[in-house]
Amino acid sequence: MAEQQQQLTSEDIIQEENLVFDRTQLLTDNVFHYCPGCGHGVAHRLIMEVVEELEVQDKAIGIAPVGCSVLAYNYMDIDMQEAAHGRAPALATGIKRTMPDKYVFTYQGDGDLAAIGTAETIHACNRGENVAIFFINNGIYGMTGGQMAPTTLEKMKSSTTPYGRNIKQMGNPLKITELVAELPGTYYVTRQAVHKPGAVRKAKKAIKKAFEYQKLEKGLSFVEIVINCNSGWKMEPVDANKWMDENFLPYYPLGDIKVPEKK
Amino acid sequence: MSEEIIIAGFGGQGVLSMGKILCYAGIVQGKEVTWMPSYGPEMRGGTANVSVIISDERISSPIISEFDTAIILNQQSMDKFENSVKPGGYLIYDGNGITRHPERTDINVYRVDAAAEAAQMETTKTFNMIVLGGLLQVKPIVEMDKAIEGLKKSLPERYHHLIPVNEKAIHRGTQIIQEVRKAKVEA
Amino acid sequence: MGELKLMKGNEAIAEAAIRDGADGYFGYPITPQSEVIEYLAAQQPEERTGMVLLQAESELASINMIYGAAGSGKKVMTSSSSPGVSLKQEGISYIAGAELPCLVLNVVRGGPGLGTIQPSQSDYFQSTKGGGHGDYHLIVLAPASVQEMYDFVELGFDLAFKYRNPAMILSDGAIGQMMEKVEIGEQKPRMTEQQIKEKYPWATTGKTPDRERNIITSLELDSAKMEKFNEKLVEKYRTIKENEVRYEEIQCEDADYLLVAYGTSSRICEKTVEMARQEGIKLGLLRPITLFPFPSQRLAEYAQKVKGIMSVEMSSGQMVEDVKLAVESRVQVEHYGRMGGIVPSAEEVLQALKQKFL
Repeated sequence: MAEQQQQLTSEDIIQEENLVFDRTQLLTDNVFHYCPGCGHGVAHRLIMEVVEELEVQDKAIGIAPVGCSVLAYNYMDIDMQEAAHGRAPALATGIKRTMPDKYVFTYQGDGDLAAIGTAETIHACNRGENVAIFFINNGIYGMTGGQMAPTTLEKMKSSTTPYGRNIKQMGNPLKITELVAELPGTYYVTRQAVHKPGAVRKAKKAIKKAFEYQKLEKGLSFVEIVINCNSGWKMEPVDANKWMDENFLPYYPLGDIKVPEKK
Repeated sequence: MSEEIIIAGFGGQGVLSMGKILCYAGIVQGKEVTWMPSYGPEMRGGTANVSVIISDERISSPIISEFDTAIILNQQSMDKFENSVKPGGYLIYDGNGITRHPERTDINVYRVDAAAEAAQMETTKTFNMIVLGGLLQVKPIVEMDKAIEGLKKSLPERYHHLIPVNEKAIHRGTQIIQEVRKAKVEA
Repeated sequence: MGELKLMKGNEAIAEAAIRDGADGYFGYPITPQSEVIEYLAAQQPEERTGMVLLQAESELASINMIYGAAGSGKKVMTSSSSPGVSLKQEGISYIAGAELPCLVLNVVRGGPGLGTIQPSQSDYFQSTKGGGHGDYHLIVLAPASVQEMYDFVELGFDLAFKYRNPAMILSDGAIGQMMEKVEIGEQKPRMTEQQIKEKYPWATTGKTPDRERNIITSLELDSAKMEKFNEKLVEKYRTIKENEVRYEEIQCEDADYLLVAYGTSSRICEKTVEMARQEGIKLGLLRPITLFPFPSQRLAEYAQKVKGIMSVEMSSGQMVEDVKLAVESRVQVEHYGRMGGIVPSAEEVLQALKQKFL
């Protein structure tokens, strides 16, 4: 065995049958501006992998929010629109209603979707707009420097809650995903994460379902993806993932919240 | 020719639709028309009025404060618009519920008791058409057949079966309108 | 000649949108313009032409639905009245920043705040000077009749697409609510996706292998690039000013005095001109049809000829500032206005003219 291994060259290894992972074709060559350890990059990749696998690049239209992923259109190689803060579901409605054969999705953070854009989120969900909403929840405003988000946990520190979120003063962390699951217009509602290989695989399945249900005109699919914000949380990436497991996910448990009824 | 009319009464009397029929008749006759519903707090008191202009030429202001003809269908409107009739103009009113009859002598005053007539005909909803008939008898602003055509155009098709009864009401109006007094023209 | 109908201004707008082949209307009810969405709902435009109609949850949402659809090259419009148009300003600024075509109708009511539901012209500044944040302009059309309400839908859309810029029809409660004779045009077909792809290659219709991806955005983090973009906008507005000024002149040739008025006020002033002429006063009326671009040059020419100019507006005096800028102090400029939903009478305008100039 040892002798054989020594004889292998890189040319021997780089063979089609040995391929386990390839660069996602529908991500551009632009280098992500996201912090090392941030989940945005993985979430971007998963969505683009699904678009690639379903061969719908020519029918996909994405909507970027205001927040860390404001420049998502620099990375996703599809037609995209950049919305005002919180308004992505309204844009998605305008696009999808006038072009029902397209695959339309929004990509929104917690401040965008669950604070300033709450009305647009709830009403797009309630109307059952036939689009997908990908909701990235990291419990903080990353882009503007770590302020409190609607999903910030009790006692969690942020630059606007430096002594921890005081529920009496700032209200409760908002479980908007559970909330939209109550609306008749949502078809599929789930909460996923991308901090472990198993979680990534599950998240991709969820994203794929969201696109497939759109094709079947089932109504709105809402996929929350919980990620860390190690910069905003002021932690090392590995610690941030650990903290997420121990503190964030107990409050925001992973798994499907609303699944299509089986006939 | 330009005729400036105010039609004023209670909401529900068909004031606005009577104005609409006049306008449609004017259009059929190739005239310019404007229809301007009342703006102002008086709308909240349950009164409704509309000013209608029918003209051979381009109409400048649709918002006017003096009228060639006032059609007055309740006391509040009498109090408000009697003095808005131009000297030598026409005031046509329904006596029903009127406690103070028109007093001006420099205008032509006519009375058409349409409410009573409509009740007698057992078609209270044609009240406004009786008034319209009265108006056209006194002032043939539009031709009678054009008025009927205007009626057809302004009614949605599902109500077209009501045209004969409305037509009858218009003709009845031409018969029952009475002159109260002619304008005294000062020398 | 097309079919003649008796219509309210608000209804004429709605019918024109369907006939012009619009792809969608997204709105939120507010007095005095709810007839626009009500008329559309009754007409079932999805059945007639496939035009989308949606009552949104707010003005914010409706203008952003417009943004999304316009970004995909669709011909879409919204309508509201003053307080609602204030809410739409965020979206309008983004639409201007992303250089998207769309049509916004403002049936103005008196303000500030909730104000009154009666007609007013107090949103002139908001409409012509930008309205939302940032350096931008709308193309602003001011109809003075129900026919123009109808006609300006097509004109507004044409200009919006020609310049990739939002256009606004600035009306008021009087023109929205009154009925006049309208000549209805032929039904135009809606554009197919193929036509949109060919005509508007910038639209997000889905990336195909023959082109780069399309991005609709108003974001530019590099100041140098942002300034270049601002300069491009300035150049666009300059072109619009050069090519798209529209106005009407009534008895202006021999006028000693000039009224300047738009929309409902211009109709009143037309009557004032008739009355003044009967009294032997040589009065004319210049009616701006486009408020942006404003007929500044034409007014500057009149500044050499007339003895005085009076701007008549249902506001405390907004357009009068543009009149003054245009004539550069070469002639006396006065303002006469009523506010709070009061429409001035032709008589009081004449009285004001006499007081100020004679």
